[in-house]
Amino acid sequence: MTITLFWFFSFLMLAFAIVVVVQRNPVSSAMALVVSFIALAALFVSLDAFFIGVIQVLVYAGAVMVLFLFIIMLLDIKAEQRRVISPAALAGGLIVIFGFVGTFTQMLAGFAPAGATAPTLPHVIEDVKRVGILLFTEYNLPLQIVGTLLLVSTIGVIVLSKRELK
Amino acid sequence: MLAWLILFAPLTATALILLVTKSSRQLSAFLSVGAVGASFLASVVVFFGPDFTTQFNWLEFGQRLIIPIGLTIDKLSRTMLLVVTGVGLLVHVYSLGYMHEDRSESRYFAGLSLFMFSMLGIVLANNFVMMFIFWELVGASSWLLIGHWYEKASAADAAKKAFLVNRLGDFGFMLGILVVWSLFGTVVFAELKPAVERISNDATFAVILPAAVLLLFMGAVGKSAQMPLHVWLPDAMEGPTPVSALIHAATMVAAGVYLMVRIDFLVIAAPTAQTVIAWVGMITAVMAALMATQQNDIKRILAYSTLSQLGYMIGAIGFAASGAAMFHLFTHACFKALLFLGAGSVIHGMHHEQDIWQMGGLKNKMPITFLTFAIGTAALVGFPYLSSGFYSKDSILIAAGAKSWIFLVMGLFTAALTAFYMTRLFIVAFLNKPRSENAKHAGESPMVMWVPLAILAVPSILAMPFLLGRSSTLTEVLGLAHDHSKDAWNVPLLAMFMFVWGVGLAFIIYRNRDRDPLRFPLLAHKFYFDEIYAGLIAITHDLLAKLSGFFDKYILDGLLVRGATTLAFGTGFVLRFFQVGNAQAYAIFFGLGVIVLLYLAVRP
Amino acid sequence: MPLTLHDYLLVSGLLFAVGFTGVLVRRNILVIYMCLEIMLNAANLALVAFSRFRPAADGMPDYHGQVLVFFIITVAAAEVAVGLAIIVALYRARNTTQINEINRLQY
Repeated sequence: MTITLFWFFSFLMLAFAIVVVVQRNPVSSAMALVVSFIALAALFVSLDAFFIGVIQVLVYAGAVMVLFLFIIMLLDIKAEQRRVISPAALAGGLIVIFGFVGTFTQMLAGFAPAGATAPTLPHVIEDVKRVGILLFTEYNLPLQIVGTLLLVSTIGVIVLSKRELK
Repeated sequence: MLAWLILFAPLTATALILLVTKSSRQLSAFLSVGAVGASFLASVVVFFGPDFTTQFNWLEFGQRLIIPIGLTIDKLSRTMLLVVTGVGLLVHVYSLGYMHEDRSESRYFAGLSLFMFSMLGIVLANNFVMMFIFWELVGASSWLLIGHWYEKASAADAAKKAFLVNRLGDFGFMLGILVVWSLFGTVVFAELKPAVERISNDATFAVILPAAVLLLFMGAVGKSAQMPLHVWLPDAMEGPTPVSALIHAATMVAAGVYLMVRIDFLVIAAPTAQTVIAWVGMITAVMAALMATQQNDIKRILAYSTLSQLGYMIGAIGFAASGAAMFHLFTHACFKALLFLGAGSVIHGMHHEQDIWQMGGLKNKMPITFLTFAIGTAALVGFPYLSSGFYSKDSILIAAGAKSWIFLVMGLFTAALTAFYMTRLFIVAFLNKPRSENAKHAGESPMVMWVPLAILAVPSILAMPFLLGRSSTLTEVLGLAHDHSKDAWNVPLLAMFMFVWGVGLAFIIYRNRDRDPLRFPLLAHKFYFDEIYAGLIAITHDLLAKLSGFFDKYILDGLLVRGATTLAFGTGFVLRFFQVGNAQAYAIFFGLGVIVLLYLAVRP
Repeated sequence: MPLTLHDYLLVSGLLFAVGFTGVLVRRNILVIYMCLEIMLNAANLALVAFSRFRPAADGMPDYHGQVLVFFIITVAAAEVAVGLAIIVALYRARNTTQINEINRLQY
């Protein structure tokens, strides 16, 4: 059952990711991305990472995608025309992608721990608590820094999107 | 404590003048004179006090090298102190009159005080390093003073020349200090003496010590203007005349002699070096006297005579007669300062005319200057039995006779030449008829100027014979106890003979002359020393310049600088074809790089 | 055959490759941005997989990995905000979102 679900969501995720890449209308791309991310959240859940799965849906599928759609609407971007693909760019891209996939699979084949199966868990899963404890103890300083970063980026966005006062 | 006062009073004056009273000329002059007066009084007290040394460690580099700052008062330094501060005080007072019309009087007095500080530092120093520091300070302050009238190109050039030539000697001095330190492990004079006795049987000692002594002697050659490095002293006459009197007659040039006397135990331990020193001194004496016979500038004549007398003193060091050297240094300091100040008075009265052929007949116009100048001349030429110069020169000549007859002949020849050129100067400038408008209207100098002359005249003619005859302490201080009966030569008689010869000849030749009847271009051009040096420097300079020019142009510029730019340019030229401006192309390049790295990382 | 770490890593790598392809071939800067997000999420998937398959000493998943993912998501959110603001500013200045028309960096 788990295996079936895993492959189902994996194919769903990859398929919609491909849709994101090939779809000429940015709005369609964004919608496909939402589906892809929800599938990814399902994969997180299959890995017993419920908290991550939830914020994946909240942050990505919710906030970020809304932001994307908002910007697309704001800029009123139309679907692209069919375009001529330059052979050099295509060749370069293909070399890079296949080179990457090739090296990656080769690397995975030689990666001994890759054969590990998921161990059964001894306790009840309480990942929100565990992550929370880590965040507020060991990762306290990075947490504060990230908080500051968010503040700074908020101010940055305001400055950037403000009409120039000339 | 008093010794520190002697040393630091002039420095305080310098600091105060430069920081506070620079705008007030009178106040500056007063401060400077007051400081040197205080030093003089303290020196008098110290002169009658006991020997002592006070020191603290300044730099310590483990046990191997300890450099103290220390003052030492002994027979040598206390007499030297008296000369330096005494002559210094008179020169300061004299400067009040001489420099009265100078706009930068404050700067002048600041320089003079700085010089006094440096010179007293040399006299009081109890170790080589401290002496070297003050040695350099003397060089620097003399640069300031010679170049006092720096608007005049010749004065600025003379200052530079003096400084650079001195540096040449100082370099040797510094090396000498290092050699002495590596040999004995100490730089303190008092500790050197037992150290010399301790290791005098060492084989390497006999090789290295003469080299060390000669290197130290190089410092003395520079400061005391001995033969190869004498060229700066005559040019230094571009400075104000009181400076010439103080620095280039009585004190600074005596520093070299003083240094050699300080380390005479080292010189005696190195006979090879001793002979070299004797030769350098006597050759300087003869050649400088020869040059002096054909000069026309009153100060230059005195400058060459200074060279010649310093040659005597250095020669005396070479004859192992440092007492005689010191004695001559003292008498010479008095009468040469007198002569220079007299010359200054003449120049002042003549409205800055220095050519003796433009003078004449000054006898009646400037009676006090005439009288004191006559006394100074008598002392310099060694007027028998009455002048101090006679005794001090005799003691050197006796030592020369004891060493070798060649040195005695050279010394006597110099004595005759000295009598000749000083009589020439005296007759042409003071007797004869006035030969210019300036000479006709010359007048006596103000009192602040002639009083120091009168004071200096006293030791030049009276005090020394008196002291020498009456005071056994002075004889003992100077180590002049000498049994005349054992002398192979009757030196005083020979010297008297030379004196008569020189004076007589000059009288016959120069009596009532309007122009110089003798013409020796070789001597007038100072043996072409400056020209030879200029040529030498030009040749070596040109060669070095060409060499370094080649190096700079082709190796540095061509290969390194241009090479680097060419490399950067070439690399940039090739690399900019990757700079297509398309972000996705960059992403492809980036991806390729990542793949290569990945491949390298996971390669089995 | 039970699921192994290998399966997850393979899916993560493929997702990364798809995202990378998008970055390389798409011209619309907004879509490129989405593809960048896909790549980030591929990395997240790998991290969470590691955290589950390489448990800590007490047998529970290694939550350090999940904390890292948390940070990535946070920073990515901030980055998206700033990036989109830059895109808006760029659109105002150049009136385009096509990346091949933004080529001022050429020599």
